[in-house]
Amino acid sequence: MKAPAFAYAKPASLNEAFELLANPHSKVLAGGQSLIPSLNMRLSSPEILVDITGLQGLSEIQVLNGVVRVGALVTHARLEQSPEIKAHVPLLAQAVPHVAHAAIRNRGTLGGSLALADPAAEYPACAVALDAVFTIRNKKSERRVRAEQFFKGLFETDLKPGELLTHAEFTVAKPSDRSVFLELARRHGDYAIIGLAAHNGRFVYFGVGEKPAVIRGADSLEQTKSILKKELRPSADLYNSSATKLHLAGVLLERAWNTTTTSH
Amino acid sequence: MEHDYDIALTVNGTAVQRRVPARQHLVDFLRETLELTGTHAGCEHGVCGACTVRVNGEIVRGCLMLAVQANGCRVETIEGLSDSKEIAGLQKAFHEKNALQCGFCTPGMLMAAQDLLKQGGKPSREEIRQHISGNYCRCTGYQAIVDAIEEVVHGKG
Repeated sequence: MKAPAFAYAKPASLNEAFELLANPHSKVLAGGQSLIPSLNMRLSSPEILVDITGLQGLSEIQVLNGVVRVGALVTHARLEQSPEIKAHVPLLAQAVPHVAHAAIRNRGTLGGSLALADPAAEYPACAVALDAVFTIRNKKSERRVRAEQFFKGLFETDLKPGELLTHAEFTVAKPSDRSVFLELARRHGDYAIIGLAAHNGRFVYFGVGEKPAVIRGADSLEQTKSILKKELRPSADLYNSSATKLHLAGVLLERAWNTTTTSH
Repeated sequence: MEHDYDIALTVNGTAVQRRVPARQHLVDFLRETLELTGTHAGCEHGVCGACTVRVNGEIVRGCLMLAVQANGCRVETIEGLSDSKEIAGLQKAFHEKNALQCGFCTPGMLMAAQDLLKQGGKPSREEIRQHISGNYCRCTGYQAIVDAIEEVVHGKG
């Protein structure tokens, strides 16, 4: 499986990148860990790949005024090793080891995963659970979008043509915050059958439909389970029926419940 | 229409300059242009791990990286690790424990295993399994591979 022919450019500045992205048949290349397979399978045939890994200022993890600001080009491996993420965004720190395999985590990026919005991916659910805010830029201006508004549907986001997601901001976790990340997969690093990013009584499932599904926790586990049964309508995949996934969603809820609701 | 670009990189310590099509994967560049055929192309969509190579000291999928992206990088393949004797212990353990049969996955498996050993410490069998979870072997059932890596972890390789 070989990719179709395309041109390649590696801009050194954001302005240069936006010039190239003005071409409607251009595609942003960051880590390439989802884009290149889709090119190999010829699911996509852009005229030009715009490699943004040469851009400055998109690879930092900064903690400032109670916010952790992560550049779009920060790789999964760097998130995994970051003491700041471990201390201040524990949900994300728990999620990273579930993202694919070591060789892929070395190249794949946070921004790439968020911008792709794969329904089985870990970060979109974490971002929704944590109420993260994304910075999006185009040639002329910058705007900020909350995670829940950013994810629109199946591989569909609020990003418009010519825009780049440049940063994601997470609020520094308070000592009283409780987060749990759980994922069920056939083999470590495979796509999730279903997963749960839970933060302070907000339960966000992934691998259940077009985009992360939010279930708000009630006072008791039993009440929350009945909300789950009413509100979650998981879509089946090749191997698991909707009923199986709904059952597994309940199992994950039970596992997460005590950690996210009791104070220590 | 092909789009070709000049790249300069080091491969196993040797400086290399070539003109490559943008669409060419790093693994195909290594195998076909440089004739370093130790790195294998398997699934070509990042699942099997047969194409694992090192770029700037970190393991990556050779089929999920374009040769043009390796411009300016330091690439190391199984040939380099083997010639430098960096993985001599692993190779011996794989041999002694029958950790390969057809050998197709072995170069990638050795790259992934060495990546774990390089981090130091004494990884458990579970951690070893987790680290090689991105590398398929269709012959051995993995048991012997984990045995071999464990052997080296405990300094017997």
